Formats: sequence, C-alpha cells, structure tokens
Amino acid sequence: MVKENEYPYNLPCEHVRFSGKDAVKLDCGMVLDDYNVSYKTYGKLNADKSNAIMIFHALTGDQFVAGKHPVTGKDGWWSRLVGKGKPVDTDKYFVICANILGSCMGTEGPKSINAKTGKRWNLSFPVITIADMIEVQIKLLNHLKIEKLHSIIGPSMGGMLAMYFASKYGDRTDNVIIVASSPQLSPRNIGFSEVARQSIMSDPNWHGGEYLEKGTVPDRGLATARMAAHITYLSESAMYKKFGRDLQNKEQLGYSFIESDFQVENYLKHQGASFVKRFDANSYLYITRAMDYFDTDKTAKSGLLSDAFKDTKNRWCIISISSDWLHPTKNSKKLMHALNGVGADVSFAELQSDAGHDAFLLDEPDFNAMIDGFLNGVK
Amino acid sequence: MLRIDQKIIVSLVDDNDKIIDIGCDNGELLNHICAEKNVTTRGIEISMAGVNECVRNGHSVVHGDANTDLIHYPTKSFDKVILSKTLQAMNEPHETLKQITRMGKKAIVGFSNFGHYKVISDLVFNSRMPVTKSLPISWYETPNIHFCTIKDFINLCEELGLKIEKTIILKPNGSEIKSNPKGYYANLFGSDAIFVISDK
Repeated sequence: MVKENEYPYNLPCEHVRFSGKDAVKLDCGMVLDDYNVSYKTYGKLNADKSNAIMIFHALTGDQFVAGKHPVTGKDGWWSRLVGKGKPVDTDKYFVICANILGSCMGTEGPKSINAKTGKRWNLSFPVITIADMIEVQIKLLNHLKIEKLHSIIGPSMGGMLAMYFASKYGDRTDNVIIVASSPQLSPRNIGFSEVARQSIMSDPNWHGGEYLEKGTVPDRGLATARMAAHITYLSESAMYKKFGRDLQNKEQLGYSFIESDFQVENYLKHQGASFVKRFDANSYLYITRAMDYFDTDKTAKSGLLSDAFKDTKNRWCIISISSDWLHPTKNSKKLMHALNGVGADVSFAELQSDAGHDAFLLDEPDFNAMIDGFLNGVK
Repeated sequence: MLRIDQKIIVSLVDDNDKIIDIGCDNGELLNHICAEKNVTTRGIEISMAGVNECVRNGHSVVHGDANTDLIHYPTKSFDKVILSKTLQAMNEPHETLKQITRMGKKAIVGFSNFGHYKVISDLVFNSRMPVTKSLPISWYETPNIHFCTIKDFINLCEELGLKIEKTIILKPNGSEIKSNPKGYYANLFGSDAIFVISDK
C-alpha cells in the first residue's frame, strides 16, 4: 500500500483509484487493474452538468493547467488560456485536466508502485497507447458522473487524445478543439522520439529502468532527450531571433567542448537541466512510444482517415501554427479535409506565428480569439 | 449594410438549407442569412482575421484556399453553395463552377459585369481600367483576375453543361433588367448579375 504522504498522494490534487469493473484492457493485451488517476479541476460543475471541459495535456504536461503549479511554482502550462476571465473561463466552465496514463504526475505510470507486487513498475509497466490513455480518462468521466462534456481540448499530443476520444466517444462531448497536432506522427517525428529514447537508455544511470531503486536518475540522458525535443518546438527563425550565432558571455570562441560557446547551447542545456527535475525518464520512453504508435488512419477498418469520424456530430475547431514543423499545418489540414469529407461541422485556422510549435503556449491574440469565439460564439 | 446583390442572395436561400459561403470574408453575408433564415452555415475564407470574426459569430469556417480545397467536400452535401463576388478572383473559374455545382444541389453565383457601359467607357474613352460602384478597387489591388461579362458567364455555363435556373441582372441603382440576359441591353446596362445554377 502506498502511504498518504507518498507519491502520488502527496501531490496537491484529486486522486481516484480504479479497479475491478474499471479495469482497462490495454491494446497490448494486458489488463490494467488497480490504477491511480490524479487530476485537477477548476471552476464549478453546474446543475445540469453541461459546462464541463476536459483538457488533455501534451507529452510532458500535467494536470496543473491553470493557476500556479504547486511543484514548480511557475504558472500552469495553459494559464494564459484557462482561468478566470480567460477564453476558457473557469467562472463559466468546469475544467478537468487529468495526468495521462504513463506519465509521472500521479496517474499510474512506470514511476508508480504496482499495487499487485508492491514494487515500482519501472519497465514492467505495460506499453500503452493513446487509446489506452483515453479509456482511463473515460473512467474518470464516469467517476465524476459526467455523461457529456461541453468540450474537449487537446494541444500537441493532447490533440491526439482528443482525436481518439472523438472517434470512439464522440457522443460524450459536444465540441472538439485540436491545437497544433497530427492524425499521426511522421517518420521524422518517430526518428526524434527514438533519439530521445536512445539517449535515455544509453545513460549508465538508467540501469535498465531501475534507476530509482539504485538511488540515481539518468539525468544526462533525459536532459539530452529534452534538448533534442526542444529544437523541434522552435522554428528556425525563432532560433535566429532568440540566439542568432551569439556567443555565451564571451568575446571569443572557447576552443573547447566543456563550456558553452553559443547561446543556443546554453539555452538547450538549461532546458534539459530544469526538465530532469520534474520529469521521469521512463515516462518519457512510454509516452513517446504511445505517440509513435498513434495512427488515426488505422482507426477505421477502411484505412481512411475520414471513416474514423464518419458519423461525427461534434463541432470541431482545428488550429495549426504556420511555423510549426513538428505538427505542420498540412497535418491539421489533412484532418480538416477528412472532416469536411464527411460533412462535419468544422472550423479551421492557421495561426500566423514564427514561434514554431511552442506558439500554442505563448500569448497569441489571434489564437485566444479563435478559441474564445469558438467556445463562446453565438449565432 | 448589405449591398443589393447580397440582399438578393439572402432572398435565394431557403429555411433549413445547409449552405456554404466560399470566400465568406468576415461573415457579413452569413450573419444576414442567419438573421433571416434558419440555416446551417459553413464557410471558406483565406484571411485569418475573417475566419476569427466568422467563428466569433458562431459560423463554422475554415481557413483555406477555395482554389484547392473544394475537392475535399462531398458531392451534393449542401443545398446552396454561395459564390459572391469571388468567381473572378479564382485561378480557374470554370473548375470552380464545376466544383460548386458538384458540392451543392444548387449554386448561387454573383459577380460584377465587365461589359457594363461605364466599365467599357472608362477603358475606351479614358484609357483607364474601370473603377465603378460595383468594381470599386483599382487594377493593382483588385482580387479579380478573370474578368467576364454576363454573356461570357452564360456561354461558359452552356459549355460546361450547367443548367441556369434563375437569372437576376441589376442596374447600379438596384432595379432589375428583365430583357434577354445575353442581349446587348442587359450586358451594357447591368452592373451586377446573380445566377442560380446546377449540374442537373
């Protein structure tokens, strides 16, 4: 048994344990029984339960979407969009955000203790998929006794969760908002995932995934994984603007490898170093794998993307970012065209920003206006 | 304020229609249609500002290029496809006409007549590309790239085997010209034309 003052129950949010009838049969064939879901809610559920919005976080995000993050002390990852008076107004909506399956902010993942064995899962944790993550979120919805959501919103990997949710449980939400996401990863994306995993697994401190038992963390491997990923979150012009070829606190080249010469190196190292303090290396392996496996084209037997959403009754809003090369506009357009192909109610916009994929986290007035308009727009 | 040609388009939409406005700009026409009729609306618009404004007003609009995106819409998925002052801005107007009559049971096409006497006289007697009430933008800024007369449009529909179900030709003061739409009077004095066409 996990004690109350230990992970995950030491995290200041809601926790719910599922077992028995709430067991989930995973895509890999294994059955997940007795698992925890940690989640955070904002605002109040109204009497007819019609104002609930579920947000799915991105790869390294978590349930602390708005307000101050209790662990990092920084603003929640989407606090500019979600909160009092924001486009997703918590005075008006009841916002639910759960840590996804496989992650490391409370919900069952490799870092959790397997209730059956009393030992940490580590690599005995099953390889999970985006679909499995949604099955777990559905259990949470049932637990909260919410039959139908007002909206689901997912940026980046969260968009993949939203797509799967809409394809299988479309009758449990009215609206679907997908931001900077893709119906499937490209080979280049999968390549970056694999670089990240190899970097983690080649760190001698990884110990076959048993690092916490050895009292270490593969921080160098995880930091390197994050550095590579961070490059994909920025556009080339954003990197030029931010760093150029400027040197880091020096006038001349250092002729060495130990110290950073260029500002961009220092920035990426800083991103890597701060990331390892908050994220679990094994979770990174599991979640990137789930993204690699995700393929909306394969959701329908026909292999046609549009068939995944054939009878959709949802109102859709899709937003892409012009300079995003991780989830480029053409991927959003592919989804949009598939939805138009089945006569779906869909709005789509490409946000003009040179910030790259990261733009979805930044303060972009057009982006806010689009979400605000879609959620609150009246005919 | 709606222009007279827009008012006529509103009047051609029926209750319970599913419509799409191609090149819907900031959604002004869609707003007016929704105010008067109970309809389901869609739109395509190339400017982000236009899309935002439309979505804010409750319309489902996609940010995209009508030159390339129409092929993705299923056949006969709309009751009316609206193309208001957009035809002459298309890269291939004939392909656009084929697409909109495929997508919609009917298509409503409104455009400015380049055969109108004021247009011609500007060109012939003043050596200037015309700027008129119906064509208010100078040659270097106008989105129109394929100019046509009312007769040109009718000929193209005939060539494409499209059926013209309704023809409305307007003078600049908004009054309707009832004479032969291919005739010289309609083509010289009509500044705007609205057609309802189909591929039946």
